[in-house]
Amino acid sequence: MSTNAIAIESLRSAGRPWIETLHDWVTTVDHKRLGILYIGYGLCYLVVAGIEALIIRIQLMQAHNHFVSPQVFNRMFTMHGTTMIFFVVMPILFGFANYLVPLMIGTRDMAFPRLNAFSFWVTAFGGLLLYFSFFGGNGLYGAGTAPDVGWWAYAPLTAKAFSPGHSSDYWTVALLVSGFGSVGTAINIIATVLCMRCPGMHLGRMPLLAWMNLVMSGMVLITITPLTAAQLMLLVDRYLGGHFFDTQAGGSATLWMHFFWIFGHPEVYILILPAFAFISEIVPVFSRRPIFGYPVMVGATIFIGFVSMSVWAHHIFTIGMNSYANSFFTITSMTVGIPTGIKIFNWLGTMWGGRIQFKTAMLFCLGFLFQFLIAGLTGIMLASSPFNWQLNNSYFVVAHFHYVIVGGILFGLFAAFYYWYPKFTGRMLSERIGKLHFWFFLVGFHLTFDVMHIPGILGMPRRIYTYEPARGWETLNLIVTIGSFIQAIAILLFVCNLVISYWRGASAGNDPWDAWTLEWSVSSPPPAYNFATIPVVASRRPLWDQKHPEDPDSRYE
Amino acid sequence: MASLIIAESAIFTIFVVAYLFYIGKSVTGPTPSQVLETPVFFTICLLSSSITMHFAAKSLERGRQVAFLRLWASTIVLGGLFLFGTGQEWYRLIYEHGLTISTNLFGTTYYSLVGLHAFHVTAGLLMLSLVLIFTLVGRLDESESGRIGVLAMYWHFVDAVWVVVFTVVYIVGR
Repeated sequence: MSTNAIAIESLRSAGRPWIETLHDWVTTVDHKRLGILYIGYGLCYLVVAGIEALIIRIQLMQAHNHFVSPQVFNRMFTMHGTTMIFFVVMPILFGFANYLVPLMIGTRDMAFPRLNAFSFWVTAFGGLLLYFSFFGGNGLYGAGTAPDVGWWAYAPLTAKAFSPGHSSDYWTVALLVSGFGSVGTAINIIATVLCMRCPGMHLGRMPLLAWMNLVMSGMVLITITPLTAAQLMLLVDRYLGGHFFDTQAGGSATLWMHFFWIFGHPEVYILILPAFAFISEIVPVFSRRPIFGYPVMVGATIFIGFVSMSVWAHHIFTIGMNSYANSFFTITSMTVGIPTGIKIFNWLGTMWGGRIQFKTAMLFCLGFLFQFLIAGLTGIMLASSPFNWQLNNSYFVVAHFHYVIVGGILFGLFAAFYYWYPKFTGRMLSERIGKLHFWFFLVGFHLTFDVMHIPGILGMPRRIYTYEPARGWETLNLIVTIGSFIQAIAILLFVCNLVISYWRGASAGNDPWDAWTLEWSVSSPPPAYNFATIPVVASRRPLWDQKHPEDPDSRYE
Repeated sequence: MASLIIAESAIFTIFVVAYLFYIGKSVTGPTPSQVLETPVFFTICLLSSSITMHFAAKSLERGRQVAFLRLWASTIVLGGLFLFGTGQEWYRLIYEHGLTISTNLFGTTYYSLVGLHAFHVTAGLLMLSLVLIFTLVGRLDESESGRIGVLAMYWHFVDAVWVVVFTVVYIVGR
């Protein structure tokens, strides 16, 4: 399958018509190009969803603000959440997995290159469909444009009576098709990792990035599909007059909550595992030490994969379950803290006694470690069901999960960008702008999301479009808004860095970081066929063996 | 294909859970015990199609083209019979008992669960027929037995799902 996908690509010559280049990119089945398409696509939506976040923040800057109408506000938080999860973080993570997994395990392409291209385009059109709702959501009823039901789309908000027109349908169908794309990519990653590793690379020698993406893909198979099923039921309800979530005919709104969170909670781990993967590759290289506790790391990843499947109901403690369910989900949710704690100690153990180089990528890793720890701690607070009854649906929860997603996943992603950009383009990202980006983003992040916990504790509910003055929320909200603008500046710096460095950056060479995994053994950017001869590895750090034949790792394994 | 089957199983699990959850929750009739009849004959058809499929794949491996063609065609016929059975049952439910997908919760869950399964049978039959056409024009030999094996895996999965659906709808659900 993979052999006929290797197109012998002619060198990029200056005189080539742009239409041919475009054609190459649109019809490509090369995992590296698809990876870059995924990442570029995700970055575009990052900007879009970021602007939506700013609109939300401007509206909440002061009490009784009239920047946008309540209807628009509802659309903004719905679109912000949906876009960030499904069309920013997932595509970028899949992009990195696509690009890096085949290179790291020493193969020439993914197992199913055409399925890969299909998955990307399906996901891409899913995103377009979601945003087309701004134009097409009116439908015949002239009501509503973009979806405004929140990214959970709880019943009965999605019932025809409360969501006329087609706005909710755009949401449903967009997630349905992008879900097919995700499942396709997951199948591809699993097949690639299990069947296409280069000689000598048994599972125990595989880079942790490949391991974690393998576990992530396995989770995608069984967690995205419940959402697909629930979306199908919603479509049956809306178009065929079914009664799945119609309480008046005996249906249950709670069932949707369960189905949604059976998907929704493991989804968080689907997003964070690849971030763990980046950290596990980057921290060792900049600490100049091999990863501490490799087998434990793999075990903890698999453990997270299993436990995360049985914690979903901690999102819905407040709907009133019996005490057994409450205790069960409290205990399982707290159990997740154990493997993640193990991971944090392993990363610290890797840095311990190492000669740490504070490159931008490493700075983002350190930010990740610190912030992810705090996110985990507020997570344990929220996992306790009595405490959750007090704080659920408040800004405390919003602050908590943004701590995970921005402070954890996004910091991991930025680290990955600074670390692998040289491999993708052959140019280094500017360290000067990079450090500026890091500090701006760090300050903005903490200003926004540290402070956001407090109005939550004071009782400010999420998803309100405005609030009464004199509740003590105003100053806090203003600080949060200022912080979000500092983050926006940082993102702007990052985009500038990506663009400027592409033309002006220093040449990277094959291996700018003196790293140890296979992707650094080929040129930057790698040739279309990746490896002229398929490498043979004898240890977890094949490039170390190559550079230090007098003291190879393979001697100790 | 194994991965796809895992993913598909999750989809079916959710539909089965919904069906089980809503048993007896309909506020209006008709109820399953009033209208459902156990489709024993068509179930036997579908299950035996798995057996013919298995032997078909075996005979292709051994290079016995004619035996393969016969067994393969009978698999399609058996699968088609099953679909016919489902269609007949739906016709009876709709025209004699007035049960549609929007009548009550039983209708909603029944048609979507059985319909989802029937959709998978249909998709399987289309792929099976494609293989039959390839065989008839002589474009299939032992070298393809790997791919046929993958298709067989899908078909066995669809059958196994029917066992679950059958248990849930016709035994537990009544």
